[in-house]
Amino acid sequence: MSKSATFERGIHPKYQKELAAGKSVTHANLPQRIVVPVSQHIGAPAKPEVNIGDEVKRGQVIGSTTGFVSSPVHSSISGKVTAIADFPTSVGRMVQSIVIESDGKDEAVSFTEHPDYMNLSADEIKAIIKDAGIVGMGGAAFPTNVKLSPPKEKTIDTVIINGAECEPYLTADHRLMVEHPREVIEGLKIIMKSLGVKEGHIGIEENKPDAIKAMESAVSGESNIKVWPLEIKYPQGAEKMLIKAVKGREVPSKGLPMDVGVVVQNVGTALAVYEAVRFGKPLIERVITVTGNGIKEPKNMMVRIGTLMSDVIEQCGGLVDGAVKVISGGPMMGFAQWTLDVPVVKGTSGILVLAEDEYVSSDQYSACIRCGSCIDVCPMGLNPSILSIYAEKGFYEDAKANNLFDCFECGSCAYVCPAKRPMVQFIRLAKSQVKP
Amino acid sequence: MATEAKAHELIVSVSPHVRGDETVARIMWTVNLSLLPAFLMSVYYFGPLAAFVTGLCILAAVLSEHIYQTSLKKKSTIGDGSAFLTGLLLGLNLPPSVPFYIPIIGSAIAIIITKLLFGGLGYNVFNPALIGRAFLLISFPKLMTIWSEPTAQFVAMDAKTAATPLGILKEEGLAKLIEVFGDKTDLYMSLLMGNRAGSLGETSVIALLIGAALLLYRGYITWHIPFSFIATVGVMAWAFGGQGGLFTGDPLIHLLSGGLILGAFFMATDYVTCPSIRKGQIIFGIGCGAITMMIRLKGGFPEGVMFAILLMNCFAPLIDRGVKSKMFGAVKVNKEQKK
Repeated sequence: MSKSATFERGIHPKYQKELAAGKSVTHANLPQRIVVPVSQHIGAPAKPEVNIGDEVKRGQVIGSTTGFVSSPVHSSISGKVTAIADFPTSVGRMVQSIVIESDGKDEAVSFTEHPDYMNLSADEIKAIIKDAGIVGMGGAAFPTNVKLSPPKEKTIDTVIINGAECEPYLTADHRLMVEHPREVIEGLKIIMKSLGVKEGHIGIEENKPDAIKAMESAVSGESNIKVWPLEIKYPQGAEKMLIKAVKGREVPSKGLPMDVGVVVQNVGTALAVYEAVRFGKPLIERVITVTGNGIKEPKNMMVRIGTLMSDVIEQCGGLVDGAVKVISGGPMMGFAQWTLDVPVVKGTSGILVLAEDEYVSSDQYSACIRCGSCIDVCPMGLNPSILSIYAEKGFYEDAKANNLFDCFECGSCAYVCPAKRPMVQFIRLAKSQVKP
Repeated sequence: MATEAKAHELIVSVSPHVRGDETVARIMWTVNLSLLPAFLMSVYYFGPLAAFVTGLCILAAVLSEHIYQTSLKKKSTIGDGSAFLTGLLLGLNLPPSVPFYIPIIGSAIAIIITKLLFGGLGYNVFNPALIGRAFLLISFPKLMTIWSEPTAQFVAMDAKTAATPLGILKEEGLAKLIEVFGDKTDLYMSLLMGNRAGSLGETSVIALLIGAALLLYRGYITWHIPFSFIATVGVMAWAFGGQGGLFTGDPLIHLLSGGLILGAFFMATDYVTCPSIRKGQIIFGIGCGAITMMIRLKGGFPEGVMFAILLMNCFAPLIDRGVKSKMFGAVKVNKEQKK
């Protein structure tokens, strides 16, 4: 490959991946208690199927789907339901959650295995994926089976596995590709089968050479699957940017990847799909990166869904003195936490703890000096400067007329802004004040 | 819930949670630094008086901002380096032998009227230093057009007056200009080094280019405005600047003299008063170049860079509205589907 694939514009933040990139995935301790929100995904919340006092086992459905765009939730331990009430979640909302106290036995329900999984029909695969509660594990948490069921008029010809992991600090997908390349490829093949697609791609940023090597050797026998080393640039892993880099196609404004014949799935999702279809295992655990200079021992950990962040942080040696910010996800698009008593959910890719020296306050900002830096980096080709000014002055309709809703809040503009303006905050404010 | 009380106070804010290193102050101070070679050359050619004039401009600009803001109980923003830059640029745009009140009046007009009354850095419509200079030129036309001969000596406190190359070109023609400097090569060399009459900081093209290279290297300015500005001046000088009809002009003389290099790299590129979209910046640069040459060739003044930039400043918001950068996904679905 002469030149690595990429998209136009974007930024080069400090990646800080070395904190955790070399650490193999370890299993977190069995949690004593889990808090499972019924809504961890985009779409209708699940309906609780258990009552307080019920005994449940690992893998048992405790919340069932309530619509097409919805996803069931499962218990990740065995034990007793002790509460069903609203609890804080990592995105800042209170969500109805099912609390289960462990009995320490970790007994599982029986899972239906499919050793001959490549002989399953597309509909069978999609049903398994739906029942396993699999959602996009890159962060957005969109139900995977819905993504695999495009309307008839959309022809899908390509599946791309997103191994870019462009968010600084995070290394969970990196470790999965190094440690489980075969399983990820099998997951990709299952996804391709469910869509009737012949062409598969895996995009990986070049700062993960060991992952590229592992994936390349895993696909050596597969002529229709290709590994793409991608330029190290944020937001390389944004769906639209990844499709542009790998296939050269531009998802139209307000459109979806399926409008250009592509379905993108995260590395973790591909692995979850494989485990669900092959072993019948629902999505009850995931790999997260616990990292940042504010945590004593950065780690990549396999964590049961519903484990509290405080519990995970304790297993990583706790916070250092001078830890100022705990973020669910990466530093560019993650959510700052006000309490550590929020559960790890299906879409949690990491817990990032920033120390004082990594943290830049955004409460001291000045007027836009129109330097145009944000325009130069916006991957969507927007004018974030004018959007932020309109939002600041309350001209929300003008912001909308300047393609406000094409912004996916990657934060590149705010990263480069010399006046330290809270660009994403302004843009979210405007989005909340007008209809798309 | 289960956790023991943490001693940590967690900060909650909207993403992104990490920021780049660039700050307004860092940019402004770097631009100040990039003008150091031009400032040093001005002192070399015009003596200690040059340092006095520029220093007074800077002092007056910084004090104007500080006094205005503190007396209105606002936070003083002199630390961001932009008032310093306005003073420095105004100083480099003045003739060497102005009386002491000229820098003070010019800086006060630049900072208070042009910048702070409009809301401060980021809100001004016009380049502050250039408004300061335009005000002085119109109010004190005599004082603002007494040019000294560059003596290259530090003793010359009362240097002889001399005309600027563009002044000679306008009044007496090209042949006379070449005669004054010896031959054509001497003329070009003098213009390049700055050994000629003119505003303090505009004369040494080589010193200005060193500073411009720093700004280009750091990415604080891009080629769009300077290149389109300078290229337009060159093409128009070649096309319309000759005595022997169309396309007989000498573009080099126009490129190397007057305030073109200073204006194109350091004044027209002022973030606040130029368009922010690159395509628009090219339009802006072409406009600056065209107006400059119209004034130089047909107008009443020998030099037009200042008025050209100020006039184009008015159009910057309009240009930004009219020009859109290429948006991702602004294509038809079926066209892309083919590939």
